[in-house]
Amino acid sequence: MIAVAAGTNRIDPYLIPALDGVAYGLLVFVAASGLVFCFGVANILNLAHGTLYAIGGYTAAALLDGGWASLALALAVGVLAAAAAGVLLAGLLTPVATGNHLTQALLTFGVALAGGSLLVAGFGPDDPQVQVPAALDGSVVVAGHRYAAYRLVFIVVAAVIAAGLYLAVRRTRAGMLVRAAVDDAEMVACMGVSPARIRAGVLAAAGALAGAAGVLGAPIIGPGADTADTVLLLSLVVVVLGGLGSMAGTLLAALAIGEIQTLGVALLPSAAPFLLFAAMAAVLAVRARGFATNRRVT
Amino acid sequence: MRDEVIRRVRGAVAALVLAGLVVAPWAVDDYTAAILARTLALGLVGVSVALLTGVAGMPTLGQTAPYAAGAYACAVLGSQISDVGVVQLAVAAGAGAVLAALTVPLVVPARGVIVLMITLAIGELVVTVLGRWRSVTGGTDGLAGISPVRPFWGLPVLANDQARYLYTLVVVATLVGAVLLLLRTRFGLLLRAGRDDETRLRASGHRVPLHLSGAHIAAGAIAGAAGSLLVVAQQYISPADFGFDTSALLLLGVVIGGTASVGGALVGAALVIAVRDWLFGVLPGHAPLVLGALFVATVYLLPTGVNRVRGARVRLRPPTAPPSRPDAPAARDHAPVPELHA
Repeated sequence: MIAVAAGTNRIDPYLIPALDGVAYGLLVFVAASGLVFCFGVANILNLAHGTLYAIGGYTAAALLDGGWASLALALAVGVLAAAAAGVLLAGLLTPVATGNHLTQALLTFGVALAGGSLLVAGFGPDDPQVQVPAALDGSVVVAGHRYAAYRLVFIVVAAVIAAGLYLAVRRTRAGMLVRAAVDDAEMVACMGVSPARIRAGVLAAAGALAGAAGVLGAPIIGPGADTADTVLLLSLVVVVLGGLGSMAGTLLAALAIGEIQTLGVALLPSAAPFLLFAAMAAVLAVRARGFATNRRVT
Repeated sequence: MRDEVIRRVRGAVAALVLAGLVVAPWAVDDYTAAILARTLALGLVGVSVALLTGVAGMPTLGQTAPYAAGAYACAVLGSQISDVGVVQLAVAAGAGAVLAALTVPLVVPARGVIVLMITLAIGELVVTVLGRWRSVTGGTDGLAGISPVRPFWGLPVLANDQARYLYTLVVVATLVGAVLLLLRTRFGLLLRAGRDDETRLRASGHRVPLHLSGAHIAAGAIAGAAGSLLVVAQQYISPADFGFDTSALLLLGVVIGGTASVGGALVGAALVIAVRDWLFGVLPGHAPLVLGALFVATVYLLPTGVNRVRGARVRLRPPTAPPSRPDAPAARDHAPVPELHA
């Protein structure tokens, strides 16, 4: 039993949506961070990113049987499969690497179409059920409300992934290469690091992140025919709102989107359809023109 | 010489296509005529994509947003105001232009792949709003039973698919003609110049963001008008008509058509949409797979059709520009000589 300090009566009904918003936001962050890498380092708009997430989601639905071992297996298989799909995508992109981002974006869209079709062919057209580990299947009491235990654990795990990602980008050699490639890709190439390898590595990392998000987030945004589109849209909005490349900004934007999608809908049900738009407009008003110039993975 | 041949071939193809389009409703059945009318409307959206992507150098994946705004404005507002097609077109174009104007501050400061991202986000957000704003848009069920229109005051109501197709064709031809005229003006010249060398144009005192905003709003109005045509052609609209796959298909069509060519965009977009409709007819289960593979194959086959995007052009210049410069004065020097001898 986990008890969080009880709020006053006025915020009490909104505690559960707010908590849901954190879980949702962290899930979107893990998914979107892969897109930030693709975009920031390889300068590729990866329209197949949602499909990479869906690979993880379908893996979770197929492998999870309520035990811990199946969760570990699903996580390993999902991450590897999505990373492999990322490497495949990098391979497909190699012949058009010198072309422009228009061709590259169209190529990734073709891969997304074909990949989505293959997933539906392989796993069936219905949205599959996802079984979380039995130990996490129940609910716990948070400030007098019942809340799904899985989501609470997910919040912790996703926060650990986010922290690990931050440390990997700031402190490891691979992270340094990634940041260097964002700043000056030609100089990195001059120093003897093959741009093709960086692209493959970045797409593999993006695939791994999306696959991990897909497996762990399957009980929250489940696999289905619309999953790829939903995740791609949420990731795009988060990346744009977060200032196109800043990891801290992406995290803040993801949490804001999560709260908008849950708490915002609970508070203002009539305005729900426009809240995402309003968020984009609000960020625009604050940041004015800072968007296009500010591109750094920090 | 080669340019001359290409120009003639292009003219002949355009004439043939136009003649085919005019006689089409008598040669095909009602269902095909309705599909053709919808394809024409999408082709007009393709023209607006080409205006932004090829001419202004702002690659866009979000022209479905003004297209959807126009279609819903026409279905919800326009049909209440009047059943005259021209009025509904104006309402739809206005809605598209307003949406484009509202998104100008998001889109215009960005360049290159960032434009693709932002426009895609806008397009997807519009579809999300359409799906959730049930009281007005009917949600994901869409709007059906839209009353038929009469093209102009005093004319009869468009009662069958042939008439609706011909109305669509006339409107598309008029608007494409207007775009072609617009591109011949100073405004079109400035747009192209901004695409090719923005820094130089800015340095010479031109307000490039203003031109781009104008192009964005004009493209929005065109896409909005196309939305009105979709309502006429289909008499039913739902958010599925404006999905992100439609944007990507249109962009591919525009790329096939040569990016900066308005006629090419119309033909390319219509071709891609026709292939999609045909594939979904013959391969109900695996159409997306084949379509995806075709996408990849097309991108490999047509890598050079897409170099005219802002930024990418600069890289292409150095190999071609220096040899042509010494040649140019030489040719001019030689030119008068035969005249002197003669």
